[in-house]
Amino acid sequence: MQTITKQIRTPLLDDAIVNLKAGDKVEITGTIYTARDQAHKRLVESIQRGEQLPFYLKGQIIYYAGPAPAPPGKVVGSIGPTTSARMDSYAPILVSHGLKGMIGKGPRSGEVKDALIRYNAVYLAATGGVAALLSSYVRSSELIAYPELGPEAIYKLEVENFPVIVAMDAWGGDLYEQSRLLYREI
Amino acid sequence: MREIPVLMITEIVDRLCRKANTVLRPDVLEAIHAMLGMEVSPTGVEVMEQIIKNADLAVVEQLPICQDTGYVTVFLEIGREVVLHGNVYQAIDEGVRRAYVDGYLRKSIVSCPLFERENTGDNTPAFVNIDMVAGDKVRVVVMPKGGGTENASQLRMLSVAGELAAVKEFVMEAAENAAKACPPVIVGVGIGGSFDKVGLMAKKALLRPIPDRNPDLRIAQLEAELLTEINKLGIGPAGLGGRITALTVKIETMPTHIACLPVAVAFNCHAARQAEAII
Repeated sequence: MQTITKQIRTPLLDDAIVNLKAGDKVEITGTIYTARDQAHKRLVESIQRGEQLPFYLKGQIIYYAGPAPAPPGKVVGSIGPTTSARMDSYAPILVSHGLKGMIGKGPRSGEVKDALIRYNAVYLAATGGVAALLSSYVRSSELIAYPELGPEAIYKLEVENFPVIVAMDAWGGDLYEQSRLLYREI
Repeated sequence: MREIPVLMITEIVDRLCRKANTVLRPDVLEAIHAMLGMEVSPTGVEVMEQIIKNADLAVVEQLPICQDTGYVTVFLEIGREVVLHGNVYQAIDEGVRRAYVDGYLRKSIVSCPLFERENTGDNTPAFVNIDMVAGDKVRVVVMPKGGGTENASQLRMLSVAGELAAVKEFVMEAAENAAKACPPVIVGVGIGGSFDKVGLMAKKALLRPIPDRNPDLRIAQLEAELLTEINKLGIGPAGLGGRITALTVKIETMPTHIACLPVAVAFNCHAARQAEAII
């Protein structure tokens, strides 16, 4: 387990990704995009129809999150990760089209792991249920697509030192698996 | 008979929804503090420290502790000497509507589960459970709960021949899901009753304060044993490895059919939201 914190900036470059290992503490600075269930369905349908996506996917990070509404005077409401596994059927397609990072919570499928290795991408875990704290790392928020989806719309966020842990790296490393083995007592 | 206008229910549900979403259950916060020293994983310790920081920040900034402000379950205990004037279900929904629309809480309810999945826009309807009790009071317990922990729940009609061993095995199998339920979790177990009652029992078990022990000593012992076993799974805070996977296990039981052994396991995340009032 690394104790130093690595800094990464978006868009993510291949060189930065190969240096990330499962268990690394990382802080993200730059632009990230929120998308969850319904937005993923639409993004993948757009790709299948050959349409342009609402944002340029290459090198980007998607944050599996649906924020609470921003109260007056705040740039964003509470914003923590949702369960990543629900996006597993969509993620490999997005990764194959240039998506380089995903932020969420919880373990993922073998297909996602394979896509990370094949396309040099990374899955990052943010702590679920600490959404007020995570909102304090967001500097700006802009709704850019699917406003009719409410909390499931796509928001473009500018974040500064947003704290995550590398959960699955581009080398096949999987923190959920490794840590279970390390701490399991039965 | 004591007459209570349902408008009071609306006002209380509104207030309780806002409070529950902003203020972490005090017993949960205490348990996180108390168990921090038992966590061996550095990542686990850091996650628990984030939980404490988040709870403080949510109160100071008046922000929801979790962005998934959930679906609202309301447990109403109505005294038999009370007459409620008006439609209590509508009154509860109006309270939820006010809290979620005016209180900047996320709306997470879709009207149709299967086809359109269109957001209702005001987080209604609430899911309401009513118990008739003795007295002239109404107790209102509001539990907003996120979709992630709800999806981790399990219910199974076990074979009677399996006895206690089968129950333990099923709870431990369900506990593997804790990683998806934002651990450290509260585990609620219902044993007995029927298919419908056992789920409700598991859900109600989540409401019990963490220091509370089941008055039946054998059940209290089982609660303690399962907690120890679950905390050997290695899942840890946020599922990133460690010792503190669950804060507590609460078990409720009730009579059942000679042919039945229903068991349900429900989870509450560390961002446990609950608030209550008595009218």
